[in-house]
Amino acid sequence: MKQHKKGLAIWLTAVLLLLIAALLSGSPGRSESVQEAMRDAVLHNVNRISLFGLKEVSPGLISAFLVTAILLLTAALIRVFAIPRFKLIPGKLQLVLEEAVGLFDRMAKTNSPHRCGFMGAYIFAAGAYIFVGTLFELLGIQAITTHGHPVTLPAPLSDVNAAIALGTLSYLVILSGGIAGNGPKGILKTLKEFSLPISMSFRLFGALLSGLLVTELVYYFVHLSFVLPVVVGVLFTLLHALIQTYVLTMLTALYYGEVSEPSHGQGKKTKKKTKSV
Amino acid sequence: MPLNIDLQQILLHWLNLAILTGGLYFLLFKPVKRFMEQREAHYRELDRQAADKLAQAEQLKLDCQAKLDRADDEIHQEKVKAQQAAQQAAQEQMEQAEEQAKHIVAKAKAEAEQSRERAIRESQKELRELAAQAARKLAGQPGTDPFDQFLDLTEGGSAHAKR
Repeated sequence: MKQHKKGLAIWLTAVLLLLIAALLSGSPGRSESVQEAMRDAVLHNVNRISLFGLKEVSPGLISAFLVTAILLLTAALIRVFAIPRFKLIPGKLQLVLEEAVGLFDRMAKTNSPHRCGFMGAYIFAAGAYIFVGTLFELLGIQAITTHGHPVTLPAPLSDVNAAIALGTLSYLVILSGGIAGNGPKGILKTLKEFSLPISMSFRLFGALLSGLLVTELVYYFVHLSFVLPVVVGVLFTLLHALIQTYVLTMLTALYYGEVSEPSHGQGKKTKKKTKSV
Repeated sequence: MPLNIDLQQILLHWLNLAILTGGLYFLLFKPVKRFMEQREAHYRELDRQAADKLAQAEQLKLDCQAKLDRADDEIHQEKVKAQQAAQQAAQEQMEQAEEQAKHIVAKAKAEAEQSRERAIRESQKELRELAAQAARKLAGQPGTDPFDQFLDLTEGGSAHAKR
């Protein structure tokens, strides 16, 4: 009991000393105002990172590549070490993996019963990308800008280009489903939903950007950097990672199922053909 | 472009997403899904086998029930036959017993008749001998009326026959 109290006292003293040291040491001075920080968080036109010396890109693209690398590396490790050891009665990791795959597979089958093979794989990848990409900002990985300043890599989808890419790619996947299911009619059916790529892109961008702005604001002021980031940084990020994953995958599966569903006219023609045969 | 939209970066994001989709499909989605399908097939096969065994067991039960029913019928028929045979045997025994009884009674009657006839014959013979003896005695005694003596002897002889 005495030892327990002693440990607690040491820990509290260390925390207090670090707090005092952090407050007294001061900062070297801000390189940008809060307005500039916010503006850059939206536009990414100041803090840019060199992509292998070929081109200056926004930090979101580097984050996207890193997220993909992390996901593929994890998938490769799981493929090599975990999947061959799968059992009929699953363990914890197997249960999580099966649940993740089963969730997106079921979502594809439920929303698009006519054509769901590729859909399941796509929404699984998109869901993993959005979820891990959103949580990626919690890691706080630093990168050096072309101006030589360190910058924390943001969530990939807080970059408008990434959000547009995912939104338009999802729309293209829906379009491909329409073509595969209904031919030229499928294109028309998909084009009727012309607002879909814009709404999908900017929904993602808005959700992720709002999280980023709140986090930027919180971290901009030192006195807000205690306790509050636990709620803002972790809980909000986790929550909107889940919500955005669910929303995009669900919408994609739903529209894919709608446009790939064989129209009634085609069904009648097929029936007639079958009868004549 | 407004909001710093960059077509090249969008294309790079597309490339990134294409790599990610393909990689995750081959490394994770497909193997896990295949494993789940194999397990489902395995359990479906077990289920089918169990259903087959259940059907076999049901069939076996029906067969056994049919055999039991047949056995019951056979038992019933055998019982009826046995009862009939027992009744027949009993009837035969009764008839035999009755026949024997009749035979015994007839034999006994015949023997009794024979005994009676023999007794009568012996009595008659005895009477004749007594009569002859009495006659000889009467004939040998003087002074008495032979007729009276004869009558006395005769009365004594009938008393003997009554006895």
